[in-house]
Amino acid sequence: MEIIEPLVKIVLVFLINLTTVAYLVYVERRVSALLQNRIGPNRVGPAGLLQPVADIVKLFLKEDIVPTAANKFVHSLAPIISLVVAMTTFAVIPFGNVIHLFGRDIKLMIADVNVGILYILALSSLGVYGVTLSGWSSNNKYSLLGGLRSSAQMISYELSMGLSIIGVLMIAQTLRLDKIVESQAHGMWYFWRTPVSFITFVVASFAETNRLPFDLPEAEPELVGGYHTEYSGMKFGLFFLAEYANMITASAIITTLFLGGWQLPFVGHLGLSDLAVSLLQVAAFAIKVCGVLLFFIVVRWTIPRFRYDQLMNIGWKVMLPLAIANILATGFFLLLRMN
Amino acid sequence: MNDRGSMGETKVIRKKDLTIWEKMYIPEIVKGLRITLSQVFRPTFTVQYPEQRFVPSASFRGRPVLVEENGTERCVACGLCSRVCPSLAIEVQAAETEDQKERYPVLFEINMLRCIFCGFCEEVCPEEAIIMSSEYELAFSNQKDALFGKDKLLVPIEKVQPRLDFLRANR
Repeated sequence: MEIIEPLVKIVLVFLINLTTVAYLVYVERRVSALLQNRIGPNRVGPAGLLQPVADIVKLFLKEDIVPTAANKFVHSLAPIISLVVAMTTFAVIPFGNVIHLFGRDIKLMIADVNVGILYILALSSLGVYGVTLSGWSSNNKYSLLGGLRSSAQMISYELSMGLSIIGVLMIAQTLRLDKIVESQAHGMWYFWRTPVSFITFVVASFAETNRLPFDLPEAEPELVGGYHTEYSGMKFGLFFLAEYANMITASAIITTLFLGGWQLPFVGHLGLSDLAVSLLQVAAFAIKVCGVLLFFIVVRWTIPRFRYDQLMNIGWKVMLPLAIANILATGFFLLLRMN
Repeated sequence: MNDRGSMGETKVIRKKDLTIWEKMYIPEIVKGLRITLSQVFRPTFTVQYPEQRFVPSASFRGRPVLVEENGTERCVACGLCSRVCPSLAIEVQAAETEDQKERYPVLFEINMLRCIFCGFCEEVCPEEAIIMSSEYELAFSNQKDALFGKDKLLVPIEKVQPRLDFLRANR
């Protein structure tokens, strides 16, 4: 019984994550079409809803090409690293409160790690290996440039990402993600209690997930496809999945840290049963994550790509000082409140 | 005075510096987001092709056709279109006829793989016999199908009247 419960949670979260990834691609195409006065994919199935299935089948049927000059082992390893890192990060994210089912108290997170945030930061920095190794092992100048860019970019933004979280941690006084969510009860969400943290963290998340305006590792006009130029078939598909899974994870982290996680204000006053409240909270979490995902998508189709030196300038000269100043300011206010 | 000052000094043209508000970047992003989001409510331009079809105006240059009037072609087989064709797509062979016009094309072939839809043939034709139609759906599975003879080129005058009117009005 002790093993079954986490297993069920893992399978559920994994399946939901994968379907969301598949449909996120569809949503991205439809939303971008809306923003550009087009219609988007609407042929496969009703309103194009089976488009993701068609895409995945196509990717599976494609020939898998490995360049002769490539390092074959690393070439195959890189997409796996990318996807594994993107998927495992979700393990510590609480997507609901404790739920009472079959006479048991089930905590709605896969792994109850007491340093959840450290786990997330550690794993998301591992993600850079997938990109860098794929760039290096392809033995192609575009891939290598893409890989180098991404390692430089991710390392630069990792710093401001980690530092921007500290503002939240100082107020919450804990590294446990479920405790952080609990401390945001009654609408005291961190995004307006520490707005600077929120902004720097969101910007850093864009850079971490390689989304526009920070998608320099793949920058199609200059680097062909960047690190995945030499990938085809399902190996390319894995990178694709990883990018969107990263987006979901980033949105979930933003929701957990700044948008109150599964907290739904005033739900306690409605007089619903415990189970209904728990389910509503899970729904609230899902809706918040979807909102952040939509924001990611709309931003992609609005802002053009940064130049590389601008990216580095913003990372080191703006984001980092801002995050450090935010820590000082938060500490100052906390001290004032204590006295 | 030219752009360079005296003695060949280069004049530095500097774009307006960004204001502090613009340098903060976030307000400008919000502005951009407002523009893109406002597009959601605009009508789409997409034509759902097999079901809906684009109907071109008379000024459109589709595939060239021969005008058929009173059951026979207007063409007098002068060969000007064949001469002017930059991609050598037209072949005309003339013969005699009892009609008033005395000459007619026994063979009139346009290789639609060579045709570049420039409309020179239409422009040069003294009889308004070859004109550009509004048909644009041209796809072939082998090269022989792309050779359009008189059977495919002849089109009754009623069908191409808008184009003839357009040509009269704009010549």
